[in-house]
Amino acid sequence: MISMAGVVSLELQNGAAASPATYNFWRELVKNLLRNRSAVIGLLIIAFLVLTAIFASPIAPYDPNKAMFGEPGEVGSLPRKPPCIHLTGCSIEEPQHIMGLDLNARDVFSRVVFGSRTSLVVGLSSVTFAIIVGTLLGLMAGYTGGWIDNIIMRLMDVLLAFPALLLTITIVTIRGPGLENALLAIAVVSIPAYARVTRASVLSIKEEEFVTAVRSLGAAPARIVFRHVLPHALTPLIVQGTLGIGSAVLTAAGLAFLGLGAQPPTAEWGYMLSEARAYVFTSPHLVFFPGIAITLTVLGFNLLGDGLRDALDPRLNRS
Amino acid sequence: MSTFILRRIVLVIPVLFGILAITFILLRSIPGDPCRAVLGERATDEVCDAYAERYGLNKPIAEQLVIYMGRILRGDLDNSFRHGRPVADLLIERLPTTIELATAALIIACLIGIPLGIISAYRHNSIIDVGTMMGANLGVSMPVFWLGLMLAFFFGVVLKDTPFALPPSGRLEAGANYSPFYQVWGLAQTEDTASGFMIFVSRLNILNAALTLNFTQLVDALRHLILPAFAVGTIPLAIIARMMRSSLLEVLKRDYVRTARSKGLNEYRVVVGHAVRNAMLPVVTVIGLSFGSLVSGAVLTETVFGLGGIGRILFEGITARDYTLVQGITIVTAIAFVLINLFVDVLYGFLDPRIRLE
Repeated sequence: MISMAGVVSLELQNGAAASPATYNFWRELVKNLLRNRSAVIGLLIIAFLVLTAIFASPIAPYDPNKAMFGEPGEVGSLPRKPPCIHLTGCSIEEPQHIMGLDLNARDVFSRVVFGSRTSLVVGLSSVTFAIIVGTLLGLMAGYTGGWIDNIIMRLMDVLLAFPALLLTITIVTIRGPGLENALLAIAVVSIPAYARVTRASVLSIKEEEFVTAVRSLGAAPARIVFRHVLPHALTPLIVQGTLGIGSAVLTAAGLAFLGLGAQPPTAEWGYMLSEARAYVFTSPHLVFFPGIAITLTVLGFNLLGDGLRDALDPRLNRS
Repeated sequence: MSTFILRRIVLVIPVLFGILAITFILLRSIPGDPCRAVLGERATDEVCDAYAERYGLNKPIAEQLVIYMGRILRGDLDNSFRHGRPVADLLIERLPTTIELATAALIIACLIGIPLGIISAYRHNSIIDVGTMMGANLGVSMPVFWLGLMLAFFFGVVLKDTPFALPPSGRLEAGANYSPFYQVWGLAQTEDTASGFMIFVSRLNILNAALTLNFTQLVDALRHLILPAFAVGTIPLAIIARMMRSSLLEVLKRDYVRTARSKGLNEYRVVVGHAVRNAMLPVVTVIGLSFGSLVSGAVLTETVFGLGGIGRILFEGITARDYTLVQGITIVTAIAFVLINLFVDVLYGFLDPRIRLE
């Protein structure tokens, strides 16, 4: 028996075959997504993360940049103090720091909470930038063809010929370290992926009859490309973009670890790891928690991306 | 076959020129005067004029590009301004560490990833399959440097004084002094008289240990290599296992697999002899493509484990704004990346006749 998902995939394959009244792309997408276990887990992780980022101030018990020196109740040596959790036997007299204090005696938990903002901003904005530029290039290359296509795609080939992190590092070294330049470099390096994906879909879509029909009606190329071709090329872009957020977060953390990304005192997970690197043997709590936060974030976007691909790709047979 | 290889090689040439052009543009986009960016703020006008003369900075930009490409093609990667030595020499000294690390990582990734992928596909939806895929998802989501730090902590501190303890830093035991192969073989007495190639080979610890039949060095080097190689290898491992699984799942559904079974072949020969062989094709591509993640992994992990490879000098070069060094490393790695992809392409043609006949 053909399942509901099967019907949807047939409609997707036929492009604009279904009329909007009976077929709602977004509703079907959500329906398919909720049926996919990994997508649901990914969505939950991302929702958790977004809520943490939005409500960072009420969640975090302290200012992420405030050193605890001279605070009431604090005892002992404060820098790199191990976690103090009341439930596990830490004296109730002492203020609670569930992830301990960092080397400047700042509350690690508060910094991890605020770090979610930086990571989400980096992930979302670099991918948005890369998608916009990459899609425009891909549309231009795929729809025009000829020498424009050749020039654009050869340039993309060359960018892809560099190991991604290395090119990112080179760009940031030259433009100077900092979150904005890191963001820009990550975006530039991921443009080719989006250009390729868009171009591949455009190449097949522009041969479709409905495009010929629109063209014969006398529509301008720009209108054809943006109103008729682009919407059908969105599916693989959504998947690629979701996975791209994960890898952007990972690269940003790597850059910050090398001292090229977020600068102090920004609460950023990669930078926290970089600061704590030398103390891993004596104060592992400084290293453990930011790493977990990065892994969880990247995992969330990867799971959602994989789930989206399954939900959107009509060629994959679902059981 | 030879036309196929030739065609691939011809396709690579423009990409190589593109790499040089992009690094040239990047180097020219250093804000401000290139001379003062490289030589420092306090460089005098005379020094800068000499610098401009030497590197042809006063010539038209197109001519500069040609001069630049000619220099790089001759292997002149300029002097590192921080080390005051040719970048090429630094690479000869430091590359072996990174090559050893990346190779070990790739071997670990293949040795664990391929069997895991096969078992997951064969026992589709079993606990092993679900566990492997969850592990693979985690593996690609983890920052390598964090995994490296955690491994160093676990094997260096938690398991200290147990037989499982592993050294968390360095390439060899501190103070260990193993003779390089050229001394043992009587080719050269000191590093100054040894050729660049000899130094390069002797710094590949495992190869040097094998060449000098030094078992102590071999064990020492391997013990130090395990943790960083595992950290660097995690992402390729996860990707290889995933690819192997999905590719084999596809192949196991084919008619010829059913035919092989109906002939009465035992399961081992059906799966490993017939199915895996064909399922390996996409896995080979993925292995070739994982070079990029090996390089970035090495750059980040060498810092964690105190290994003096190109990742480490790249990191130091970045901090010191040593543009020529960063550029040299970028060019060499990008070219290696392109050549490895070329090799994989050719290998693919060997494995699958349909591709070379297209």
